[in-house]
Amino acid sequence: MKFFKTPNIDFIRMRYISISLSLLLMIASAVFLFVKGPNYGIDFTGGILVQISVDKEIGLDDVRASLESAGVASFELQSIGDKGIIVRVKKTEKTQEEMSQSILSALQSKFTGHNITVDRTEYVGPAVGKHLAKQAVYAFIFVFLGIIVYVAFRFKSGLWGTIGVLALMHDVFGTFGIVIMTGKEVDLTLIAAFLTIAGFSINDTIVLYDRIRENMRLLAKESFGSIINISINEVLSRTIITSLTVFVVSMVLFLFGGEVIHDFAFAMVIGTTLGVYSSVFICAPLTYEWEKKKRDRFKKTLNK
Amino acid sequence: MNKLGFRTVVTALLIILSGYFLYPTFEWSRMTDAEKAAAEKAKDPILGKSLKLGLDLRGGTHLLLEVDSSKLDEKVSMKDAVERAVEVMRNRIDEFGVAEPLITRQGDKWIVIQLPGIKDPARAKELIGKTALLEFCLVENSENLPVISQKMRENDLTPAQAMQDPEISKLIPEGCFIAEGKEDGNYYILKQASLTGAYLVNAKVELTTGQFGYPHVSLEFNKEGGKLFADITGANIDRNLAIVLDGIVQSAPVIRSRIPDGRAIIEGNFNSEDAKLLATVLRAGALPAPVKIIEERTVGPSLGDDSITKGFTASLIGVLFVIVFMAVYYGFSGIIADIALILNFLILAGIMSYFQFTLTLPGIAGIALTLAMAVDANVLILERIREEIAIGKTARVAVDAGYQKAFSAIFDSNLTTLIAAVFLFQFGTGPVKGFAVTLTIGLLISMFTAIVVTKLIYDFLFKENFINKIKI
Repeated sequence: MKFFKTPNIDFIRMRYISISLSLLLMIASAVFLFVKGPNYGIDFTGGILVQISVDKEIGLDDVRASLESAGVASFELQSIGDKGIIVRVKKTEKTQEEMSQSILSALQSKFTGHNITVDRTEYVGPAVGKHLAKQAVYAFIFVFLGIIVYVAFRFKSGLWGTIGVLALMHDVFGTFGIVIMTGKEVDLTLIAAFLTIAGFSINDTIVLYDRIRENMRLLAKESFGSIINISINEVLSRTIITSLTVFVVSMVLFLFGGEVIHDFAFAMVIGTTLGVYSSVFICAPLTYEWEKKKRDRFKKTLNK
Repeated sequence: MNKLGFRTVVTALLIILSGYFLYPTFEWSRMTDAEKAAAEKAKDPILGKSLKLGLDLRGGTHLLLEVDSSKLDEKVSMKDAVERAVEVMRNRIDEFGVAEPLITRQGDKWIVIQLPGIKDPARAKELIGKTALLEFCLVENSENLPVISQKMRENDLTPAQAMQDPEISKLIPEGCFIAEGKEDGNYYILKQASLTGAYLVNAKVELTTGQFGYPHVSLEFNKEGGKLFADITGANIDRNLAIVLDGIVQSAPVIRSRIPDGRAIIEGNFNSEDAKLLATVLRAGALPAPVKIIEERTVGPSLGDDSITKGFTASLIGVLFVIVFMAVYYGFSGIIADIALILNFLILAGIMSYFQFTLTLPGIAGIALTLAMAVDANVLILERIREEIAIGKTARVAVDAGYQKAFSAIFDSNLTTLIAAVFLFQFGTGPVKGFAVTLTIGLLISMFTAIVVTKLIYDFLFKENFINKIKI
């Protein structure tokens, strides 16, 4: 079976459109980041999370009212499936025991006859939140640096490594923007998803670079632009198939994997999609532009 | 030929070993809940051999404790203090009885405690988090004590409140504080003696030699503590030395003589229960500095079960899709890639069992994603073979060329993903770590199964002339 014959699409010609689209996504993400701001979870802000389950369905509004009247201040509610509710309190003087007790008793007195149990409690102190945030930042810096150095070493060009990392930053930041837009909570698992996206997204770029490297030897007479075009078209079916398998698995996890990995899988779905887009539509044209400038300058020096 | 034989042996060995390492997990999964509980109680060796499930899957409590460095004695180093605190925690948890607890230090002043399958996390936390700062203080025989006691009783004041009270605080001698006795409810005026539980090495119950064998508690201080203790006892003969735990006076024995060697005996009107309790307090309470819980994550067992079912089902559906897709899209060669995929899973599970890595819910998702990513190597190879066949090469030559040409792309792309996975491993708590573990190991194994094993199958098939052309 085969989806298509090796196509002959001129990706380089589309570069201004694709780069503009990506710039738009980056600007939108930046706007969301600075205007709306990410909804950081208690992993980073510190706070208390209590997840309860009820044997019969109850309305979130009723839950909110009963918690408010019980004096639980500044909390967020999230429903999980039919019967689960997560209460998050980011700023509180209470200990997690007191908090889960007061939530439980408030709900029990309001919804008599329901069987309410506490499924999960989390408490993250402010020092831990700061520590985790710092770790996340370090992890990203090291991943980016590691990939730049490796790609630069393998392809003997710091430029290619930098573009590869630019593309994966584009994927991670774009996913981050969409996560902020949807108001999803940014917690540890989501950061794990971002790092995984970084690892997966560079994959397509590497495969493409590998083919360009090979074709630069085989097709030395062709212009650099057409070498890139030929290479993209040659690896296109592989790119689509691998992305498809990862995309479908992420999608299945997103739809059926349960609450704990729901947001994680959501980010993966977005990230893998952006990853394919960026290696074909961003990496290739950026490399083209950059190399062309370098060659032009080289020619100029020769002519002088 | 020889090379083919060698690769076959290595592959077969890996499969057999993985099966062997996985057998306890298989046995465990067939046990009933009652049998599992019994095995846990008996500390059956199967526990240490079967696949370890994270707290998010089996339920339990994860705690992060911080040793309060500001209350630490100058003479005790932070490293010592944390190590000591880890020991104290281990003792306390042992007394509580948890199967397979994890207690380990993290960073400079943090301690991680994981209590899987714990039924009553609140009680465990009380035991762990209790400040339990043990101090030895001199009892001041102030003539104001009766007055102070009376005032406190009249106004129903706690010692802390009393010290705030302007009238009472005037009566307290310089540098002293009030504490309550544990059982008698008497008040004591105490003076810090700069000797804390940090210097205590051991405390145990012994029986006095003699006709009746009264129980007493013997104490042993470390070298520094012994010196301090000698100075204190030497300067304060016939005075009372109070043993204060959490600001409450547990016992206030009289100093009979200077004790030079750091070995002391507390005699009293103990019955053996009292003596045992005091010894336990001294031992377990010998925290060099207070600890506080700075992170807690508790998952109930029912949520764990639900998570397993959903995460496992979704991952299975995802992987099945990949397997069916490969077989449909690449036909026979796709099935060979699928064999590699299944082997990848088997060896991954075997390695996780052997090294006792923890499987978490994100870890299960990680397995599905890794397998989805692992077919990339085969896709790269197969696409290459297709290209080679398209330019008119024979099957055998095309296969060899496909593997050879695809290798650099597979190697480089896996390595860069590995860079991300390794740093992911450095980051985050239990569940996220579990994800990084499956991702990293899965990637490494995929390099073997997707390249070496599939090539082995092709070589074998070509050699035995089972196939001489392939359809991809």
